[in-house]
This record gives sequence, C-alpha cells and structure tokens, in this order.
Amino acid sequence: MTFELFIQNFFNALTVGSLYALIAIGYTMVYGILRFINFAHGDVFMVGAYFIFFGAATFALPWPLAAVAAIVGSAALGIIVDRIAYRPLREAPRISALISAIGVSFLLENLGLVIFTGLPRPAVQPEWMVNPIILGNIRILPISFIVPLVTAVLVMGLLWLVYRTRPGLAMRAISRDIETTRLMGVSIDRIIALTFGLGSALAAAAGIMWAMRYPQIHPFMGVMPGFKAFIAAVVGGIGSIQGAVLGGVLLGTVEIMAVAFYPELSGYRDAFAFVLLIVILLFRPTGLLGEKLDDKI
Amino acid sequence: MLELRDMHVRYGGIHAVQGVNITVNKGEIVTLIGANGAGKSSTVRAVAGLVKGASGSIMYTGRDGAATELIGQPPERMVPLGLALSPEGRRILPHLTVSENLDLGAYSRSDRKAIAEDKEWIYGLFPRLKERHWQKGGTLSGGEQQMLAVGRALMSRPDLLMLDEPSLGLAPILVQEIFEIIRRLNTEDGKTILLIEQNAYAALNIAHKAYILEVGNIVLEGSGKDLLQNHKVKEAYLGG
Repeated sequence: MTFELFIQNFFNALTVGSLYALIAIGYTMVYGILRFINFAHGDVFMVGAYFIFFGAATFALPWPLAAVAAIVGSAALGIIVDRIAYRPLREAPRISALISAIGVSFLLENLGLVIFTGLPRPAVQPEWMVNPIILGNIRILPISFIVPLVTAVLVMGLLWLVYRTRPGLAMRAISRDIETTRLMGVSIDRIIALTFGLGSALAAAAGIMWAMRYPQIHPFMGVMPGFKAFIAAVVGGIGSIQGAVLGGVLLGTVEIMAVAFYPELSGYRDAFAFVLLIVILLFRPTGLLGEKLDDKI
Repeated sequence: MLELRDMHVRYGGIHAVQGVNITVNKGEIVTLIGANGAGKSSTVRAVAGLVKGASGSIMYTGRDGAATELIGQPPERMVPLGLALSPEGRRILPHLTVSENLDLGAYSRSDRKAIAEDKEWIYGLFPRLKERHWQKGGTLSGGEQQMLAVGRALMSRPDLLMLDEPSLGLAPILVQEIFEIIRRLNTEDGKTILLIEQNAYAALNIAHKAYILEVGNIVLEGSGKDLLQNHKVKEAYLGG
C-alpha cells in the first residue's frame, strides 16, 4: 500500500472508530449503572440522524442549530424510553428489562419505517464538508478531521462531568452500591435519567456525523453500528467509559485496515468485529479495561 | 425527635421486628442492644427507609418542628430531613477516594464553603482520614473505613445520627476510640444519636437510654447506667 493510501485509511479508521466509540459510551454507561444492555441504543443513533435531516431540510434550520436540536431531541427520547419502558421494570428480574429493550428497538425501527418511510434519504451536507482537503497526493474529507476532533471534545467533556461534578460522583457511586448512594440523599431515578440523556445525546452526535460520512439515512441504519458499538464496549470492558473509547477506536481500525491491506476480504468487513470480540473475550473475559463486576448478563 | 410506635418489619414470611416502641429525645444517645438477628438492624433500616415491609408508625420531628411519618418514605428523603445512617458493614464505596466518599455524604447540600469546613472538621475528628484523603476507600483498614462511614454520615449535618454496629470487627483500642468520638459528638456537637451495638458494655456506658431486643421484641429498657447493673443484662450481654 502506498503511503498516501495508508494516511487516507488511517483517517478513515479514526473516523469510523470515533463514531463507534461515541455510541459505545451510551451502552457502557447504562450497563455500569443498571447492569443491562439497552438494545434500543442503536436506534436512538438512527433517530438522531433523522432529526437533523428534518431540522435542516424540512424546517430549514441553519445546520448548527439543527444539530443541537437533534441532539437535544434524542436526549429527550432516551430519557422518555427509560421512563416508559425501563423504569417500571427496575425491581423486576433483569431479563425483563432486556426484553423490553429489544421491544423498544423494534418499535423505533418500525415506527421509523412508518413515519419516515423505508426510502433512504440523502443527508443534508453543508458545503464546507463536501470538498476534500488535498495535500499533495492525499485527499481527505473534512469530516475525517471533524469527527475525531468533535469526539475528543465530547469525551473530555463527559469525563469531566463524570469525574469532576456532583452528578458524576453520584453516577460512579450508583454503579457500585445503589442502596448506600440513596442513603446519601441521591435520587436514583434522576441520575439514571441523566445517564440515558447523556448516552443518547452522544449517540445522536454520532448519528449526525455518520450521516455526514455515509450520506444516506434509513430506519435500519442504527442496527449494524449499534451492534458494533456494543461489541466495542464489551471489548473495551463494559462499564468503563475509557474502555468504550478504546474499544471503538480499535474496532474501527481493525475493520478499515483489514480491508485496506486485504481488499479481497472486503465482503467480510462486518465479520471482523465479531472475530475481534471472540478473540479478546477468550483472552480477557472482562474486556481490555474492564474490572470484574458482579451480575454480568 | 424520633418515635417508633408498634413498628413491625416483615420480610416475606419472617416477622423480624414484632411491634417495638422506641423514643429518642433530642440530645440523647439511645442504644439498641441485642444478639444477631434480634431485629436491631431491621429497626434502623426501617427508620432509614430501606425496608419495604415496615408497618406501624415512625414519627420524626425535624429542626423546624414539623413531624413527618417516615414509613413509606424513600431513603433519599431522610438526609434532607436531618437523619443520617452509617450502615452496618460500613458500605464504603471502594472505588471512590476518601475525599469523594465524604463529598457523597454531603450530596444533598449545596453550601460549598460550609461543606469544605465540615470536611476539615471531620479530618480533625479522624486525622487518619486526612492523611489518606486521596486513597481509594477500598484500600483502607477496617477501622479507617468505619471512621469514614461515620464521617460520611456526618457530612450531611444530621440532627439524628444513626450508627449501625460501628465497633463491628474493630480492635479493642479502636472500639474505645470510636465510642469516645460518639460521646463527643453528643456532648460537644449536640448530635442526637441512635446507636446499634453488640458491644453492650461500651454502648451502655455512653447511652442515656437503652433498649434490649430479643427475637424482634423489646424485653427491657432503661437508662444505660441502670441496665449495666441489671442481673439479666449482666448475665446475657456483659459476660456474667
């Protein structure tokens, strides 16, 4: 492979990896607190992409405003899903919430099919995003710089929130001992709502940027990225935010580079994620940065 | 300040507390003594809102003079009312630092400056915690964890401090230290204290009032001094 091609692939890998990472954070945060997998998370990512499409195309909002509206709307959706489909099941066996999550996932996908129709729609792309940056023989889309940069900023902001603020302290406390945390006066439901809101906001951010990178949106676009981000979260060590980021970037790199070096394998691209999952779990059952947690599903 | 009237706790088919009457007046140290399974912990856990099967009445009168029925209230409502529990087994959050554990205790407060002052006050009570303020809670010794659990409960500035077996598993010298601090919290800082103990001698020594529980019932009550002299108590709890 030429150096130029390698650089292009490197940025590709970083872009895809960053997007997986952003989605994976939502899985890992919810798992850290509730010990359950929110299977509807990938569909929030899809809804985020549609929200910005409708904001920009239908309501003709300026692009940044449409992005903010899509993120806020998706955060609200995440909180509403928790309120309606998960909170009533907090005391029920965990498998009930899991089934409920699968139900919500199907509901969102099929609701998308009804409301948005199955017709793929083109994403709205601002002018400055479409023209590639040319450095000698290297052509890189601006989005390939923007995605890792935005991801880095969002992750830093999240880590600041989790490690430096009071709601973050409550989140970290709940993940280990709900009863004791309640004794300290923490309202669990509020912190859980915040967790769903943050995770969904990040998924929406990923959905928006995904639609910039692969400018076609449809109601099932969240399924595969959702699965892969879930794998990234498990590979990184579910429950760990840093692990989710590492797992996402690793997964993106493996996928892009494997196809770059062995183009004949491109048909198997989606399989790499699952192979990586199996290999890592065989050697590190708790994932790369995961600690031993009780109550695994 | 706290009145339990005909309070029952049931877990499934087990009737753990069978209608107890307990009164804690402002400024007192009140202790509940009994063997394992006598219902002591269930009683304070009911006060703290941690058990579902509590019935009867638990009236709490806060600093504003308003009385609140605690049965049916969730645990997170207790701290704002002025109650704090240092739970059995300490329940330190092992992955948070000593300082963060204390911050968590002050979660319901928003007066940053006063919180910082209270933290210094707790570091004064337990200098070991100050030395280890950056260490993870899980790396502390049992005695240090107990200090942290008491300190964390104090961070909410409670009017009524409930301590569930603060001497459990501690070396005798540390037991003395903890009881001395409980006494000081009462005399110097005016905290009302509800103390659950198996170490009957130490508890009776500092308590104004004591209740003895056996299989879910109060079998004896009186002042700490009187019960120290009581034959039955001596035989059953003070080793003859």
